[in-house]
Amino acid sequence: MSSRVLNLRTAVLFGAVLLGSAPAFAEAVLHRGNSGEPQTLDQAHTSINIEAFILKDLYEGLTIYDAAGKIVPGTAESWTVSDDSAKYTFKLRENAKWSDGTAVTAGDFVFSFARVEDPKIAAGYANILYPIKNAEKVNKGELPLTDLGIKAVDDRTLEITLERPTPFFLELLAHQTALPISKASFEKNGADFVKPGVMVSNGAFKLASHVPNDQLVVTKNPSYWDAANVKLDKVIFYPIDDQAASVRRFEAKEMDLAYNFSADQIERLRTSYKDQVHVSPTLATYYYAFDSRQEPYSDVRVRRALSMAVDRDFLAKEIYRGSQIPAYSMVPPGMASYGEPSKADFAGLSQLDREDKAIELMKEAGYGEGGKPLNIEIRYNTNPNHERVATAVADMWKNTFGAKVSLVNLDVSSHYAYLQEGGKFNVARAGWVADYADAENFLALNVSTNKTFNYGKYSSPEFDALMQKSYAETNPEARSKLLHDAETLLMRDQPVAPFLTQADLWLVSNRVQGWQDNAANEHLSRFLSVSQ
Amino acid sequence: MIAFVLRRLGSAVPTLFIVVTISFFLMRFAPGGPFNLERPLPPATMENLMRTYQLDQPLWRQYITYLSNAVTGDFGPSYIYKDNTVAELIGKGLPYSIELGFYALLLALVGGVTMGTIAALRQNSVLDFSIMSLATVGTTIPNFVVGPVLTLIFAIMLSLLPAGGWGDGSLSFLILPMIALALPQLAVFARLTRGSMIEALHADHIRTARAYGLPARVVVVTHAMRGAMLPVVSYLAPCAAALMTGSAVVETIFTIPGVGRYFVLGALNRDYTLVMGTVVLIAIFVIVFNLVVDILYGLLDPRVRHD
Repeated sequence: MSSRVLNLRTAVLFGAVLLGSAPAFAEAVLHRGNSGEPQTLDQAHTSINIEAFILKDLYEGLTIYDAAGKIVPGTAESWTVSDDSAKYTFKLRENAKWSDGTAVTAGDFVFSFARVEDPKIAAGYANILYPIKNAEKVNKGELPLTDLGIKAVDDRTLEITLERPTPFFLELLAHQTALPISKASFEKNGADFVKPGVMVSNGAFKLASHVPNDQLVVTKNPSYWDAANVKLDKVIFYPIDDQAASVRRFEAKEMDLAYNFSADQIERLRTSYKDQVHVSPTLATYYYAFDSRQEPYSDVRVRRALSMAVDRDFLAKEIYRGSQIPAYSMVPPGMASYGEPSKADFAGLSQLDREDKAIELMKEAGYGEGGKPLNIEIRYNTNPNHERVATAVADMWKNTFGAKVSLVNLDVSSHYAYLQEGGKFNVARAGWVADYADAENFLALNVSTNKTFNYGKYSSPEFDALMQKSYAETNPEARSKLLHDAETLLMRDQPVAPFLTQADLWLVSNRVQGWQDNAANEHLSRFLSVSQ
Repeated sequence: MIAFVLRRLGSAVPTLFIVVTISFFLMRFAPGGPFNLERPLPPATMENLMRTYQLDQPLWRQYITYLSNAVTGDFGPSYIYKDNTVAELIGKGLPYSIELGFYALLLALVGGVTMGTIAALRQNSVLDFSIMSLATVGTTIPNFVVGPVLTLIFAIMLSLLPAGGWGDGSLSFLILPMIALALPQLAVFARLTRGSMIEALHADHIRTARAYGLPARVVVVTHAMRGAMLPVVSYLAPCAAALMTGSAVVETIFTIPGVGRYFVLGALNRDYTLVMGTVVLIAIFVIVFNLVVDILYGLLDPRVRHD
C-alpha cells in the first residue's frame, strides 16, 4: 500500500517535472466568501460592507487602506494640505488608467463626487462627503451642483475645499462612496454602467460576470497602474447570507475566505482549523440607549446604576464566546488618531464592587427594593444573539435591583424606524459601525442636535460644547484631548451604556497569503495571494 | 376544450387583480419602510429617496401608478437591489428555480408514486410500514435540517458533492438541493398514492378485471392506477407551483440563485415592489398549474371531461 502511494507520488513529481513551469501558468483564483448579495454596485447607492469588499477591488479611490488597515495613497500619488487645513490638493498618478485604457482624470473625480451629492440621485451615503464645501447644501437642493467645493485644476490635479477642517478627511476618501466612476462610461451607458460587460473600473480588478445570489467574478485588470504586483488572476465572491452555509462551504474547501459566522461555532472551528479562525476587534460598538426624556431614566444615577449592574465579561464570554470584547467606552479601541478611549469611571472596579455601588446609587435615586418600583422594557431587533443578551441583562437587573423587566423585539426595519422617528422607550439596543476611523463618528451620535441617531434624546450643553470645539480644532493632539474630554463626560452620564466592542470573524484558509487582521476590516484582494 | 381554457384564463384576470390589491395594501400595514436600515439615513437623504421612488405620494396614487405600470409588464425598481428592476431580478432567478423545482417535482412524483404503489400492494407488510414511516419522517423533518445534514455528509465528510452553489448547473450541484426540496413532497405523494391505491384495488371493476384473469401488472398499471392517480394529480398543482417558484430555505442553504428568497427578503426589507412581483409570479403559477391539472383530470376521469 505504502509503496503504491510512493509510486504515485513519484509519478506526479515526474509529471510535474515534465510539464516544467506548468504550475506558473495555472490561474491564481481566490474564492472569497461574502456575507450576502450586494444590493448595488453603484458608488452613489452603496451602504454596506458586502458591497465595499467588491467595490474596493473594482475601483480605487484617492486614498486606500493597505493590508494592515492604514491609510495610504491610492489613485492620488501625493497631496498637500493648506495651512488652515481647509484645502487639499491631490496629484493623481500619471499611469492611473481605467480598464478601457483611458486615463483616470481629476474630472472623473469631480463628476463622481458631484453625482453623489446630486439630490436627484438620492445617494444614501451622501453625508460621507458633507465635509466638502457646500456639499450638504447641494445635496439638499439649496445650491447648484457647480457650487460643490471640488475642482479639476488640470487632468492630474484635483483641488478639494472643505466646509471646515476635517481631520479624518483622508479616511472618508477611502469610503466606497468616494470611489470614482468613469465620466465617459457613465455618459454613454447611464445607469447600466454597473453591469458586467459595461462597467469600466480603475482598480486592481474588473467585473467579469455576476449571477445574483450565486457568484460575482472579477478578473485582474491589466490596465491597473500596479498590475505587476497583483498576484491573483481572478476573485470569485460568493454571496452567502446564511452563516452556517458559509462555514460549510469553507469546510468543504469551496471557499478560501468566509466572513462572519455564528459565535457559538468559534470553539468547534478553533479545534479543527486552529489559526485559520480569525477574531479581529473592529470599530463597532454594541450598546443600550436609555430614554433620558422620561423617569426614571432622566436620572443619571439610575442610568449609571443600570449600566454598572451589567456584567460585560459574562456577555462577551458566555454569549459571544470571546468573539466580542467587553466595552466601557463608546469609541472602540484601535482608532489610530484617537488612541486609548476614555472609559467609564467604573471600568476599573470588579463586577462585585460595581454591583454594590449600583445598588447604593439606585437607593439614592429612590428606586428598586424599598423604593419606587422599577419596571423596565428592553427593546431590541430580532436576532438570537440580541435576545440572549437582553435575557441576560434582564436577569442582572432583576437580581441586582429586584426590577421587573420585559422584553420586546421587532424586526430590524421596524426597530430602527421606531427609534429614528423619536419613538419613546425605556431601554433600547443599538449598534454602531464606524463609517470612518475617527472617534467623532461615535461621539457625534449623542450630540443633542443629532435628530436621528440620538435615540434617547440625551442633551448636555457641556458635551455639545466640547464636540463643537473639536470641529474647529486643527491641532490633532488638542482635538484628541477635546474628544477624550467629551467621551469622559458621556461615560459619566451614561445616556448610552456600551457593552461590547464587536469583532469581525473570518475564516482564512491556509492557502491565502498576505492576510492581516485590522480594526478597519479592510482586506483588498490586491494584497492577497493563494498557494496552489 | 379551447373555450374552457380561454374561459379559465379570462377568470384569472380578476383573480390576479384581487391578489395584487390585497397584497399591496396589506404590506403597507407593516411598520418601517424600505429605507429604514440599521444605519439610519439623514432626513435630507431620506426625502430624496422617498421622492425618487414616489413613496412620498398618497397611497391610493401609488396603487394606481403600480397597477397601470404592472399592466404593461413594468413591476418597478427594486428598492433594495437598486441596480435591477423587479422584472430583471425575477427574470434572472426564475430559470434556476424552475429547473431545480422541475427535477425535484419529478423525483417527488416518480419516487412517491412508486413507493406508495408498492406500499399499497403489500398492505400491512413490513415493507409497507417501513415506507410509510419513512414518509412520515420525510414530512416531519424540515428541510432546514435535511439540507445541512446532507451537505455535512456528502460534501464535508465524503467530499463527493459540492456544498452549495449552482456551479455550471451540472447534476452534481443539483443533487443535494433537489433531494432537500423533494423529500417532503415525495412523502406526501407516497401517502396519497397508497391511500387511493388501496381504495382502487378494492373497487368492483378491479375485482372484475382480476376475475377475467388479466395479468396483475395490467390490472395495477392500467386499471387501478388510473383511478388512484386522481388525488395525486389534484395535489400536483399546488406542489408544482410551490416547487418551481423556489424555496427560500433551500435556496439560502445551498446558495441557489433562484427567486424563492425574494419573497422573504422583500418582505423583511420592505422592498414593496419585489414582494408584489413575487406575489404576482406565485399567483400566475398557481393559476396556470391549476388549469393544467384540470385538463389532466379530464383526461383521467371521463366524468369531468371538458367538451
